[in-house]
Amino acid sequence: MMTANFCMNEKGMRFSLRSRVASGAGPTLGNHGEARQAKIKFALFLCGVLFLLFASPLRAQTKNSCLDCHSKLEGAMRVTSESIQSDVHAQKGITCTSCHGGDASSDDKSKSMSPAAGYLGQFDRKQIPELCAKCHSDAAYMRGFNPSLRTDQLSEYHASVHGQMLAKGDDKVAVCIDCHGVHDILPPDDPRSTVYPVNVAPTCGKCHANAEYMKAYNIPTDQLALYNASVHHTELVEKGDLSAPTCTTCHGSHGAAPPGVKSVANVCSTCHVIQGQMYAAGPHKIAFERMGLGSCVTCHTNHQIVHPTDAFIGTGAGAVCLNCHIEGDTGYGPANQMNKELTGLAAAIARSNDILTRAEEAGVEVGDAQLELTEARDDLTKARVEIHTVTLSQIEPDIQAGMQVTQKTWKAGQAALAEGAYRRKGLLFSSAAVLLVLIGLWLKIRDLETIDDSPNTKEEGQ
Amino acid sequence: MRARENIQNWLDERFGWDELMAFVRHKTVPTHRFSYFYFLGGMTLFLFGIQVATGILLLLYYRPTPDGAFESVQYIMAKVPFGWLIRSIHSWGANVMILTAIAHMFSVFFLKSYRMPRELTWLSGMILLFLVLGFGFSGYLLPWNMLSLFATKVGTDMAAQVPVIGHWILVFLRGGDDVTGATLTRFFGIHVAILPGLATLFIGLHLLLVQRFGMSLPPNVEADWKAHPDKVRELRFFPNFLLRELMAWYIALAVLGCLAAFKPWELGTKADLFASAPAGIRPEWYFMFMFQTLRFLPAKIGPLPGDVIGVMGFGAAAAVWTLLPFFDNDKSGRGKRWIAGLGIFALAYFVGMTAYAYLAR
Repeated sequence: MMTANFCMNEKGMRFSLRSRVASGAGPTLGNHGEARQAKIKFALFLCGVLFLLFASPLRAQTKNSCLDCHSKLEGAMRVTSESIQSDVHAQKGITCTSCHGGDASSDDKSKSMSPAAGYLGQFDRKQIPELCAKCHSDAAYMRGFNPSLRTDQLSEYHASVHGQMLAKGDDKVAVCIDCHGVHDILPPDDPRSTVYPVNVAPTCGKCHANAEYMKAYNIPTDQLALYNASVHHTELVEKGDLSAPTCTTCHGSHGAAPPGVKSVANVCSTCHVIQGQMYAAGPHKIAFERMGLGSCVTCHTNHQIVHPTDAFIGTGAGAVCLNCHIEGDTGYGPANQMNKELTGLAAAIARSNDILTRAEEAGVEVGDAQLELTEARDDLTKARVEIHTVTLSQIEPDIQAGMQVTQKTWKAGQAALAEGAYRRKGLLFSSAAVLLVLIGLWLKIRDLETIDDSPNTKEEGQ
Repeated sequence: MRARENIQNWLDERFGWDELMAFVRHKTVPTHRFSYFYFLGGMTLFLFGIQVATGILLLLYYRPTPDGAFESVQYIMAKVPFGWLIRSIHSWGANVMILTAIAHMFSVFFLKSYRMPRELTWLSGMILLFLVLGFGFSGYLLPWNMLSLFATKVGTDMAAQVPVIGHWILVFLRGGDDVTGATLTRFFGIHVAILPGLATLFIGLHLLLVQRFGMSLPPNVEADWKAHPDKVRELRFFPNFLLRELMAWYIALAVLGCLAAFKPWELGTKADLFASAPAGIRPEWYFMFMFQTLRFLPAKIGPLPGDVIGVMGFGAAAAVWTLLPFFDNDKSGRGKRWIAGLGIFALAYFVGMTAYAYLAR
């Protein structure tokens, strides 16, 4: 019977073999054929183990003369084995020569960097999209790494403002490496990646917030600052909601371009679906199109989208309606009324909440009423969404439903406060009763001990 | 009056009523400057009675299931006539009862009432104190709110630190590896059946022993009265002492009424097994000194985890404290000095650590 023990240590796999012929306990090799068969098996086994022992170190010791030299260089030319350690391409076995060509197995510069070895050298920026697309547009090749990865980045890039300007000869525009990096490219879902959702805005801002760099293009450079003050930034960066929008959500990534006036509503309604539908059903859509105004951004602006308040609508200070409407026109009155409806319901909810909180603090259980009040909050939320129809009759049913709930909960709050007062009155009466009993007991004790002539009942106790 | 005499005669013929009343009439309570401490035991017993009465009323509506527990307590608080009062008195009464039980224990300790022949009275009293704490711990979970859920998790985690059998205790208490609906059902059973049964048994034994040995005298009063028999002062238990005790009970009832009316016991938010722990998770005040101690301990003490050392330490301290009468065999009757020192340290530690835990939050 043969047994083999394997154990690992820090130097690699170590193998020890122990063989013995069992005498009685195991099968006995009774003839030469069986003995020979056992030897062959043993030899094959030994070969397998030796292969495992040496194959791995041999593979690990694959020569890369590129890194041998470039790790000694400085600046942009410096690439070390450490710096490419986390690079997604290096991890998948794609080496320097996969992009740059040449022969990394030779230390001789004339061989390793020779055109005969296919050496391409440093690339011109204009070549980069095509270079990356050699693999990334090859669906069959990419399937081997990540079957769900898109392979249309190059065609999207060609349709982008960046791609179109590059085609015209402007090599200042962004190419793949400007956003993704060069030799330290990380997968987009890696939080350290430059294209991880939280990092996208600063990545775009590297160029678009650089007034000096963007001077020739004559476009604003305050987008990043405005975005950083927006509700979208708060949700994405401060609250960590990765589904919140960043630059690429509205502009696209590889096909980056401004959405254009006509498609703004479509872009916003990708997330704000109901608001988009209501806007499309309301009179503003036609009016804005006629006036050449971008739909959502006309009221909400584009990059610095703040959390809307009820003051947005109406005719008071801060009301966006006044950007177009003036007193006396068809929209002025309804805008004012809508504001009254919304703020009225919000105030009624606050009033009910206040009385319920006071009742709760007084110790009366008002959980049911508090739960009911959430219905009014839901009605207010619905009405605030329905504002996008800018039609008074659309929001009124929800406002009325909410008001009915607030009246009911207000009454419940009043009843709860009355109950609290009743309890205190009850306590007063019961305390008076307890006091009377205490006085009675005290008088009884005094009476008893006066009869006894003394509380000292020594004679009874002995 | 004639009807009363007839009933008394009827009872006397069958149960020896007059003999029993003669015993009660002859029972006395010593009167000295520490006599007020004699009220604490009776007060704890009265509060236990309140707990039984209000607990039975709560049982009429309470449902011990994860889907029904919180809602049933909410229903008791909001819809059942005087349900808020019953539930608040039950919750407040539990805390006041634990307070009087602890005060009773320390008064017995400092008056040296545990000395021979009252060792078993002390022992049964200590068991009753542990049962009362068990009532508090098991009852805390029953409203099934967030605070009670996580406090129970923390509490049962502490039990799991006991070496060797810790995990077994945890599974036994929780009815599984985690606090779930099974824990609620289990705690309900413990709270309304197992603990009341045990408590009734030990209250009976405790009262029997108190009757057998009578009220204990503090060593200095005992020595003084022995030297000067004319100084002996005693009060008849019935009715003089009992009427005074009754006054104390009425005052306790009024205090509970005030607490219920002005500060009804909170219900909180319903327990969510999948929610993360809310801020401010803490056990009830009577476990705070242990909780705070465990927070002070480092992660490792020597080769063992700090929590294990802490739980073992409290276990050992409770065992020593329970068995104190058997260590205090001082013949002079004044007790050993180190035991008195230990008592002062224990009281200071309990009060100090509890106060620190609340003030440091």
